[in-house]
Amino acid sequence: MSRFQQRIYSLAWHIVGQRQDAEDVVQQTFLSILEHLDTFREESSVATWVLRIATNHALKILRKRRGLPTVSLDVSADRDDEARLPHPDYIAQWRDAPEVLAQRAEVRHLLEQALADLDDKYRLVFILRDVEGLSVRETAQSLGLTESAVKVRLLRARLMLRERLTQALGDEATQVFPPHDHQ
Amino acid sequence: MTCDQLLQTINEYVDGTLDMVLPECQEFAEHLAGCNPCQVVIDNIRKTIALYKAGEPYPLPQEFQARLSQALRKRWQARFPQGGS
Repeated sequence: MSRFQQRIYSLAWHIVGQRQDAEDVVQQTFLSILEHLDTFREESSVATWVLRIATNHALKILRKRRGLPTVSLDVSADRDDEARLPHPDYIAQWRDAPEVLAQRAEVRHLLEQALADLDDKYRLVFILRDVEGLSVRETAQSLGLTESAVKVRLLRARLMLRERLTQALGDEATQVFPPHDHQ
Repeated sequence: MTCDQLLQTINEYVDGTLDMVLPECQEFAEHLAGCNPCQVVIDNIRKTIALYKAGEPYPLPQEFQARLSQALRKRWQARFPQGGS
């Protein structure tokens, strides 16, 4: 149980970015689970169900911060989703493998900062899909989005994070440039 | 294929959900085979995801864990006063 609490705490921290709010999310999540045990429908795994409850509580906090009234974040598709994709600017091989990089404190700090600097709507999709491993469908249901919107936002998040991390972790000697036929 | 079209296909390719039977997907695969920058971008994205997945979870503060256990115990006793399931 405590390992699962830790997982929810990490998810919450990634979304809300502060200790007190993350603790509130965890507490509300597990109290909700107790209240709604009999509503679990077995359409998804227990873990997915719990992650969705936690995400909802985290979204409430984000909305409260913005002074917005309704429960779910206004994450419906917007113009940003239709804007041109961020094209890779700095392209280079990374100097080290992820498992080596993950051990370094300065890299962990870089990861936190890069994630925190993403707009909420991209960060949420990336956390649920790529960090927590929810499917596109589960991510869409958790956030009240279409699957198409999830895919677009996920791509943007991945491209932005790739750019930021490669700027810091890339080997300049291996830098390559897109050919001129990339329009 | 334009850059935007290439980038839009990348998600599916990274996730292994690309239907290689489709002509546009074959076009993407052919492009990828001959384009080193695109290969590097895809490798970067895979490593980005792997790096975030490999991250240590934030440690749950001990005093909060104790408070949480107490709150859950209290709610459980209130919900199931007979000690039932």
